Amino acid sequence: MTEVVATNQTILVVGGGISGMTAALEAAECGKQVVLVEKSPTLGGRTALLYRYFPKLCHPTCGLEINLRRIKASRNIRVLTLAEVSAISGKRGDYSATVKIAPRYVNDNCTACGDCAAAVSAEVTNPYNYGMDKMKAAYLPHAMAYPQRYVLDASLIGTPEADKAKAACKYGAIDLAMQPETIEIKAGAVVWATGWQPYDAAKIQPYGYDRFANVITSLEFERLADPHGPTGGKILRPSDGKEAKNIAFIQCAGSRDENHLRHCSRICCMASLKQTQYVKEVWGDAAKSTVYYIDIRAIDRFEDFYQKVQKDPTVSFLKSKVAKVTQDKSGDVVLHGVDTEGYHRYANAHDMAVLAIGMQPSVAGADIPADIIADSSGFIESSAAESGFFGAGCATNALDVNRAVQSSTAAALRAIQVINKTARAEA
Amino acid sequence: MGDMNTQMLDKYRNNFLHEVEEKVDDGHWVKMCMQCGVCAGSCTFGPDWEHTPQKIFMMIRAGKREEVLTSHSMWLCTSCYNCMVRCPRELPITHIMHGLASYAHRLGLAPKNQPTRDFSLIFWDNCTKTGRVNELRMTISVYFREGILSGIKKMWTLRNIGRGLFFAKRLNPMELFVSHGCKDKDGLRRALKKADEIEARRRGYAVQPRGYS
Repeated sequence: MTEVVATNQTILVVGGGISGMTAALEAAECGKQVVLVEKSPTLGGRTALLYRYFPKLCHPTCGLEINLRRIKASRNIRVLTLAEVSAISGKRGDYSATVKIAPRYVNDNCTACGDCAAAVSAEVTNPYNYGMDKMKAAYLPHAMAYPQRYVLDASLIGTPEADKAKAACKYGAIDLAMQPETIEIKAGAVVWATGWQPYDAAKIQPYGYDRFANVITSLEFERLADPHGPTGGKILRPSDGKEAKNIAFIQCAGSRDENHLRHCSRICCMASLKQTQYVKEVWGDAAKSTVYYIDIRAIDRFEDFYQKVQKDPTVSFLKSKVAKVTQDKSGDVVLHGVDTEGYHRYANAHDMAVLAIGMQPSVAGADIPADIIADSSGFIESSAAESGFFGAGCATNALDVNRAVQSSTAAALRAIQVINKTARAEA
Repeated sequence: MGDMNTQMLDKYRNNFLHEVEEKVDDGHWVKMCMQCGVCAGSCTFGPDWEHTPQKIFMMIRAGKREEVLTSHSMWLCTSCYNCMVRCPRELPITHIMHGLASYAHRLGLAPKNQPTRDFSLIFWDNCTKTGRVNELRMTISVYFREGILSGIKKMWTLRNIGRGLFFAKRLNPMELFVSHGCKDKDGLRRALKKADEIEARRRGYAVQPRGYS
């Protein structure tokens, strides 16, 4: 049974991505007790799946590592992974949350040696590479995973494969009898850092994401560029493994569109500008990136990065929202449309097209099991007056990492205020 | 203000956008266009037009009154609605194109001998006379629109279809002489006249019935 010490002076943080980790750390380092609940087997969220950050092109591992060290050093944070809040009741200063914990089938004896993965032959789709490859059914999510502990996929349980994994473990870390648990956690304030998910690209019918292998999303492209990704960091197109040097970036794929997402997802312009530099990094002068855009929204100081990319001879810009994508016999994708600067009709072939996919809240505000006021896109706008619920990061808006961290710090501060009031009332 | 300034001011006042907003059906949507180009790229007739919807909207904003109203483009619209369902801002593009066509016609600026325009006029004339479309007379009017010789040629080309329609009882030669109509023809005409008056009042047109007259 998972033991969690929590009182009405505890802050519950839901979601263990960069926003949840930040909110939890800020509160914990102010001396508050925090329970951090994460649905997947690891902290880090989508940030851990990025190859590099804009605008400095540094690696997310750096920032994540600092945060993970802070978490390890803090005595005030209790991290629960594979855990989901299914219900919440009570009022500001006195909440009770029902948390469902799924079995990991690996206990804390695990040293992450990897012997179980070597012993198992079954494979499952790898969600940490957005399904572009397979991974062993006994796995460590990724190199930066926290806790550094393997997971047995539920599909293994009851098969001889599970016994193989158990037999291979020298530390007695595999517990096949682990059961799902439901526990109650008390809290004075709750920070919802439930994050974002990419818009379903297949819904943008004219772009053919569901029909053409060489139309991929910007998130998949991050994994292609990453040395830990399915191609080991080589930019190879999915259909035939050909080196993809001539790449089209299609902006506003889903965003700023009343038929899909009505909001601007804010990060995609910078993400594509950044990704043109991945292409250049891999292929040098042979690289050819074309950005199809309505307008480039490189906000405030990011304008410098935009100007730098504009000067890059391997990158060209075409002002047009692509109307249609087709695929020719060679596997090349052909983009059709009309440009706005001169109204020229084009049909341009590229090795691969990357959809700068829009951001939507991973839990629509209305579906959070609590009294939350969501905006028309499902982001958390605010909570009812007299509430101890606070949104943080991409659960509240389409934000980049930098702004998500700012939003989380603000949410932590509001949660701390609630806890301080609760403490004073009881003193 | 000096003359020069006043002149420049007039140049930028963009009266044509205001005119479109006031007088054209759904014209108030034009300013919502963000020039993304999806309508132009999605148009089934796209490559055959002089001005795509995207371009027409920009021309309206640029005050190019003559060029917009004399354009053939809105008459070529086949009403497939591809642009309208894909427009990220939900502009009723098809309706605006129809609105512009009808406004250009009303002002007498629409291109002469434009086939869609001619067909629309013949159709309207034919259908409002009796309240029902007389397909035989309408077809003949359309075929002979460019003269007797070309009319006979067209009929000859399509003679087998005509015969087929006749034997399938889809074509009644008597319709050439006696049109069937709706019950209250006068009532219908009064209703249409009233509708014209209301529209004219709302949009500030001089009352003028549609059709040839």
